[in-house]
Amino acid sequence: MNDVLLNIKNLKTSFRIKDDYYAAVDDVSLTVRKNEVLAIVGESGSGKSAFAFSIMGLHTRAKIEGEIDYKGINLAKANANQMKKLRGNEMGMIFQDALSALNPLMVVGAQIDEAILLHNPKSSKSLRKKQVINLLNQVGIPRPEKTYDQYPHELSGGMRQRIVIAMAISNQPELLIADEPTTALDVTIQSQILDLIKELKETIHAGIILITHDLGVVAEMADRVAVMYAGQIVEIADVYTLMENPQHPYTRSLLNSIPTLNEVKEELHVIQGVVPSLQNLPRTGCRFAARIPWIEESAHEASPELHEISPGHYVRCTCYKDFYFPEQAEEERNYVAN
Amino acid sequence: MWKLIVRRTLITIPQIIILSILVFILAQAMPGDALTGLIDPNIDPATIEAMRERLGLNNPWYVQYFDWIKGVIQGDFGQSFRFKMPVSELIGDRMINTLWLSLATLILTYLIAIPLGIISGRFNDTWLDRMITGYTYIGFAAPLFIFALVMLFIFGFQLGWFPTSGSVAPGTEPGTFAYFISKLNHLLLPALSMALITTVSTVQYLRSEIIDTKQKDFIVTARAKGSSESRVYNRHVLRNSLLPIAAFFGYEITGLIGGTIFIENIFGYPGMGELFLSSISLRDYSVMTALVLLFGLAAIIGALLSDIILSLVDPRIRIK
Repeated sequence: MNDVLLNIKNLKTSFRIKDDYYAAVDDVSLTVRKNEVLAIVGESGSGKSAFAFSIMGLHTRAKIEGEIDYKGINLAKANANQMKKLRGNEMGMIFQDALSALNPLMVVGAQIDEAILLHNPKSSKSLRKKQVINLLNQVGIPRPEKTYDQYPHELSGGMRQRIVIAMAISNQPELLIADEPTTALDVTIQSQILDLIKELKETIHAGIILITHDLGVVAEMADRVAVMYAGQIVEIADVYTLMENPQHPYTRSLLNSIPTLNEVKEELHVIQGVVPSLQNLPRTGCRFAARIPWIEESAHEASPELHEISPGHYVRCTCYKDFYFPEQAEEERNYVAN
Repeated sequence: MWKLIVRRTLITIPQIIILSILVFILAQAMPGDALTGLIDPNIDPATIEAMRERLGLNNPWYVQYFDWIKGVIQGDFGQSFRFKMPVSELIGDRMINTLWLSLATLILTYLIAIPLGIISGRFNDTWLDRMITGYTYIGFAAPLFIFALVMLFIFGFQLGWFPTSGSVAPGTEPGTFAYFISKLNHLLLPALSMALITTVSTVQYLRSEIIDTKQKDFIVTARAKGSSESRVYNRHVLRNSLLPIAAFFGYEITGLIGGTIFIENIFGYPGMGELFLSSISLRDYSVMTALVLLFGLAAIIGALLSDIILSLVDPRIRIK
């Protein structure tokens, strides 16, 4: 396949806590194709952002092992100079919290201008200004000339997120990483921003990595989905398969947690426990086992691997075969008893 | 913008009025008055009483206050009882000396603080940073008057690099180049001694601002745009970290007042601080009140400057 944009093999990103390294991203292998939206889903703390930062090389104090192959360059080993040329140019990143992602002391126009200038040092100021105004138009800012000279605090949350997006796409990147782009926004603005990203996908033909914990966003935007838990990918499939036929207990639990309107439930489904912290993470066996204690230990693999259960659909560990929700099982039992 | 500055400036008017009342009442509360101790005790008490009456010292305090403040507004702080000359004349020359000393100290303070703060903040937790923070702890712990004495001893007496007292060599003609050099030479050691101590808070402040700023999200954004590390520091980290330092500038003035009182006495530098201590020991009330009022005014103006500077450099404070 020659439309593969990014080929990640056995990526491991570790952080040092005291004297030991702890992997926040552990043995992740993925591909991202051109013109594709790959969603990475998981709870807070599952390593999604650490994964995105590893690709962009934005970690300042982390050990990165494995291979991130982008057009023949291994980003995991690339030097600062190589990364500098790629970042913001071929790889753009959209951040979660647009207010803190913008420099409070610079007008937004100048911040976008900087992104262009860094990769086109010889461009004239007037030309860049035109480009910035075009970009602001493209991301749906109503009065670009006026907005150019405004400071971040003078804009609304949705507008700020548009500025961050304009900055990320200012050099027509081939790879766009959106790290929870809608988390900090209210619902109406969320859908506008998602529409905008969709539109951009059509116009700039970039491969997009969309990081989110919102399965609604995934259903609407993604082509393929990778579910991440405790630094590992536990399931990966195209969006239809994953939504219709989820296999891994974690994926099923996540989907089961979404309340639906046509079902009367006393309580929302909650996944027991929390994502273990880096230091407390079990490094052997199925990492999700602790949160589904009712499943027999023998159902898990000793060292869980990704199994291809249908073309393009991978699931980690064998526990998916024996997995059930206790409350559903109880309902069924009651039904039989009655 | 202008509205904010005008409004902020107007606030200083009641501040100054309250300050003047406080200073006046405190002076009144001190035991004795200008006549006690000045006049031959053998004089008939009735005559003294008559003199008190004539000088208005028996009037209620607010009448005396208005008499005093009327003079102050016209630049008349009364007579110095010790020097037998108008207070304004007495303070005039010394104020200029203190201004030069303060200015030199401020310049040295920032010359030391900005590079040290930047190095320490950018390379925090390296041995270089530890050395700089080590120096700041010594600076915090060492009292200014002890440190100044040590400096005076080493550089003034032992090495003889600098003059040990005065503000200018005697016999130099004002206005000549030699006069200027002599002034500068007399200024340097006291200013450096004070700067080395007062700068440590600015170093620490800048250091923690930089450490704080470099972890902000917009710094990650700047890197994600493809900025080099030096650009990240020069354009994004430094600018945002210097802002509170700029705002702190006005308050440095307040700190300098306390500093000059010590320094001028130790170095025998004829400035306001030196005059202040001697006027206290000589109970020269009119000089003392005038100086306290001027120091208070400097503090109010310092705070005003801080707020104005902050509103100029930080767009978030520009209130419409």
